[in-house]
Amino acid sequence: MEVQRPEMDVRPDLPWLTIVWNDPVNLMSYVTYVFQTVFGYPREKAEKLMMDVHHKGKAVVASGSREEMERDVQILHSYGLWATVQQDR
Amino acid sequence: MSTGFTAAGEGVSITLDVGEVSVLTSLVAQILSLVEPGVTGEDPLERALGIGSGEVPSDPVLARLFPSAYAEDDEAAGEFRRYTEATLREGKRADARTLLETAEPGVVELTAEQAQAWLRALNDVRLALGVRLGVTEQIHDEMAEMSEEDPRYPALAIYEWLTYLQDTLVRALW
Repeated sequence: MEVQRPEMDVRPDLPWLTIVWNDPVNLMSYVTYVFQTVFGYPREKAEKLMMDVHHKGKAVVASGSREEMERDVQILHSYGLWATVQQDR
Repeated sequence: MSTGFTAAGEGVSITLDVGEVSVLTSLVAQILSLVEPGVTGEDPLERALGIGSGEVPSDPVLARLFPSAYAEDDEAAGEFRRYTEATLREGKRADARTLLETAEPGVVELTAEQAQAWLRALNDVRLALGVRLGVTEQIHDEMAEMSEEDPRYPALAIYEWLTYLQDTLVRALW
């Protein structure tokens, strides 16, 4: 009897996200500066992301492959930001 | 008190007095002794690649300096930590050493690269103090109302001074 194989997973590859979480120590100016330095974002975009982190508790600051996001998170940790990786859902 | 950092050519400069240098270097030296080089396994290849433990550090300061990279996946967080924490520790140690080697009473002139190291080292000290002192976002307001007799006051005053230094450094680099 032929074994019924599970169908191939046809879900598209969901992108991965770099998330930065709010914390009481990192300065608003510093967080903005780090987003500009690490991602090359213009100051206005970096400030908007910083404000999202500050007011909403977290913000998605980058998306891409898992490897790229892990590299981003490692760099953000070197600057002392509280960053995590997760798959978009 | 110091007037903070100002832009100077490609880098920055600051004037520090003896007491300020003493406070700064003793705190940064504490970070250097707390953030020991990453522990790698016995395996020579793992050692060469800087592959270490996947365990979250038990000291809350170290857990904050090296946060978990996956909030809801302990296995992935452990793997990430195994491959990155030793490198991150080396980076923080190098930043701390740069500050210790360049901080001196008088006018301190830093290159752009040294300024980056100071920026991260100041942040590491603030993160460490923040954890130890239980700092919240209301710290500035709390300080304004706190009596100087409060036992937390001296340490928090230093924390606030470091905050000021770091903020002026960011603005000097912008």
